Amino acid sequence: MSLLEVKDLHAGVNGNEILTGISLSVEAGEVHAIMGPNGSGKSTLAGVLAGRESYVVTRGEVRYQGKDLLAMAPEERAREGLFLAFQYPVEIPGVSNMYFLKAALNAIRKHRGEDELDAIEFIALVKKRMAFVDIDESLLQRPVNEGFSGGEKKRNEIFQMAVLEPRLAILDETDSGLDIDALRIVAEGVNKLHAKDKAVVVVTHYQRLLNYIVPDVVHVLMDGRIVKSGGRELALKLEEKGYDWLRDEAGVAQAQEPARS
Amino acid sequence: MNDGRAQTQEWYAAKFAQFEKGLNGGTSTALHGLRRASMAKFAATGFPTTSHEEWRFTNLAPLARTEFIPALAGDDAGVTHADLEGSLLGEGAAAEVVFVDGQWSPNLSALPSLPPGIRVVSLAQALRQKPDEVMAYLSRHVISDGTLPAALNTAFLHDGAFVLLEDGTALDRPIHLLFVASARPVPFMTAPRIVIVAGKEARVTIVESYVSLANNVYWTNAVTDVFAGAGAVVEHDTLQIESPSAFHTGATHFQLGKGSVVASNAIVLGGLLVRNTVSAVFEGEDGECTLNGLAVASGAQLVDNHTIIDHAKPKCTSHELYKSILDGKARGVFNGKIFVRQDAQKTDAKQTNRTLLLSDEATIDTKPQLEIFADDVKCTHGAAVGRLNDEQVFYLRSRGLDEAAARDLLTFAFAGDIIRRIHVAPLRDRLTTFFRTRLQQGRVASEDLCIP
Repeated sequence: MSLLEVKDLHAGVNGNEILTGISLSVEAGEVHAIMGPNGSGKSTLAGVLAGRESYVVTRGEVRYQGKDLLAMAPEERAREGLFLAFQYPVEIPGVSNMYFLKAALNAIRKHRGEDELDAIEFIALVKKRMAFVDIDESLLQRPVNEGFSGGEKKRNEIFQMAVLEPRLAILDETDSGLDIDALRIVAEGVNKLHAKDKAVVVVTHYQRLLNYIVPDVVHVLMDGRIVKSGGRELALKLEEKGYDWLRDEAGVAQAQEPARS
Repeated sequence: MNDGRAQTQEWYAAKFAQFEKGLNGGTSTALHGLRRASMAKFAATGFPTTSHEEWRFTNLAPLARTEFIPALAGDDAGVTHADLEGSLLGEGAAAEVVFVDGQWSPNLSALPSLPPGIRVVSLAQALRQKPDEVMAYLSRHVISDGTLPAALNTAFLHDGAFVLLEDGTALDRPIHLLFVASARPVPFMTAPRIVIVAGKEARVTIVESYVSLANNVYWTNAVTDVFAGAGAVVEHDTLQIESPSAFHTGATHFQLGKGSVVASNAIVLGGLLVRNTVSAVFEGEDGECTLNGLAVASGAQLVDNHTIIDHAKPKCTSHELYKSILDGKARGVFNGKIFVRQDAQKTDAKQTNRTLLLSDEATIDTKPQLEIFADDVKCTHGAAVGRLNDEQVFYLRSRGLDEAAARDLLTFAFAGDIIRRIHVAPLRDRLTTFFRTRLQQGRVASEDLCIP
């Protein structure tokens, strides 16, 4: 059984179909990259998998650990071990990072039938996980993402991932807005968290993140469907030649640019 | 309608006559002259109707047609120490002065000795001991048409609190004035009067709380005057957690001396119909005034906050942040007046009103009103009304919090923005606990929770 099995997924927003039939399967232990030009539907796919309610699935199915993922509320998905690292992490004034993360972790632990962590146990865990992404402790005392720089927000996403230990992590353009040092730190954090029973889906526009997080499979998304899948070398080829050659090969009309979500 | 109003005026006139009789000759004092003048003012107009500009959104008819008996008994009405548990600040307070139905209760109060130069006494006591001193402050009170219920407070003025800090004195811990409404079944009106005087360079924090012991109909009609001397630093926090059947009208007036710093945090959680007017006037340059407010209402509650900041002198700063969280069919009203007088140059005034609506039926009427007669000033105002941010809710859910927990957390954060501005830790704790109970399943739970 695949960890994640997407079959003929069609989804859109306000009657606009953005995903036009996606199929892919991700096995435990694998790293998949989903690449594609702007507007190809990458973020829509990430959002649909995480349960963003603005998207409507019109056809197809998604099975996660054998269960119907689309029937689950976003929080159920999270408790079952799915994690979305946001492309634009949301600022939440007035809610401290630590308070929020403890509530999240305990909701997940409760779901797994584990004891909730008390404040002291939680802090001990946090201290360990901070090292994964070299995040400053002062950030954790502040309200969630409020006033964080772009890089700090992305690191905070991976820090949350380190604490919540998801089985399936979806990184939505985590590389955007990161300088090369931050990119390396974030990528190393992801690599350290990776394990045989876990999988990572990296959604990205550029190849450079894949120098650090090496994918087993690369999918190219265009106009809402996967037009090509391959190994790591596919990403390198995209880096060199861009996306247009694939457009020709796949017979995708160039003028058609669905609204970016 | 006119008949009804005339009836109301007659009712209070008759109650006033009874009150006068009970004063046993105390009717020739300056204080009584003030009472009579106020009674005459009320008798002339009665309660304002919604055709009055300052009362457009708040219909006092339910209050006007209830025959409230002024509470003058002076006993504890069966209230015991045990009833106050949870309402006291405990060790956190320098003094806790308890009033039952507006009258000082020596039995329930804890008044340890205070440093020299600081006096906390009941108003009745202060009036007996030093009537001229107290009258000097009482006569400086200003009643605007917008605060007409305050005229009835003055008409029945007989007890409350008198707090005086001489020049240069300071208290680290707050003085807590706790107003408890008894469970008396007959509708009654309490008319507590609070006078707070902070001398030059004095520093003090006052907490006024209003609580109920039962779901009974009564009316708290409170008036507070705060005089901040030159360079004084005053924090004034009010917490109103009253019966869901209670009426509450409050008028708090700050007079700010040169270079004084005043912060007011007004929290309204209970009551059926609440109208608070908080006003401040700068009487010297370089003053700094912060008015914060937070109202949480559900069911059929109505919370009306009026604020007035009078920049009568140059180089003063005012910051105002009023927030409301409204659920059910609750209604909110905010009116924020800022006057900048002609010679009040270099005024810096900022007003913000934010409302979170948690239901389709909750409503808010918000009106900033800036009247600026000086030219070299900085004045801004903003009002925002909205719902919880979907993107924030999704973010929290995507980490494992269920929807209700996510909504409660965000609602609490909205309120927390005001709560954290209160410098009294036990009060903040109390509010936090209260919110954790009242915010349930993404909603503001019934106002019944306001009864302990």
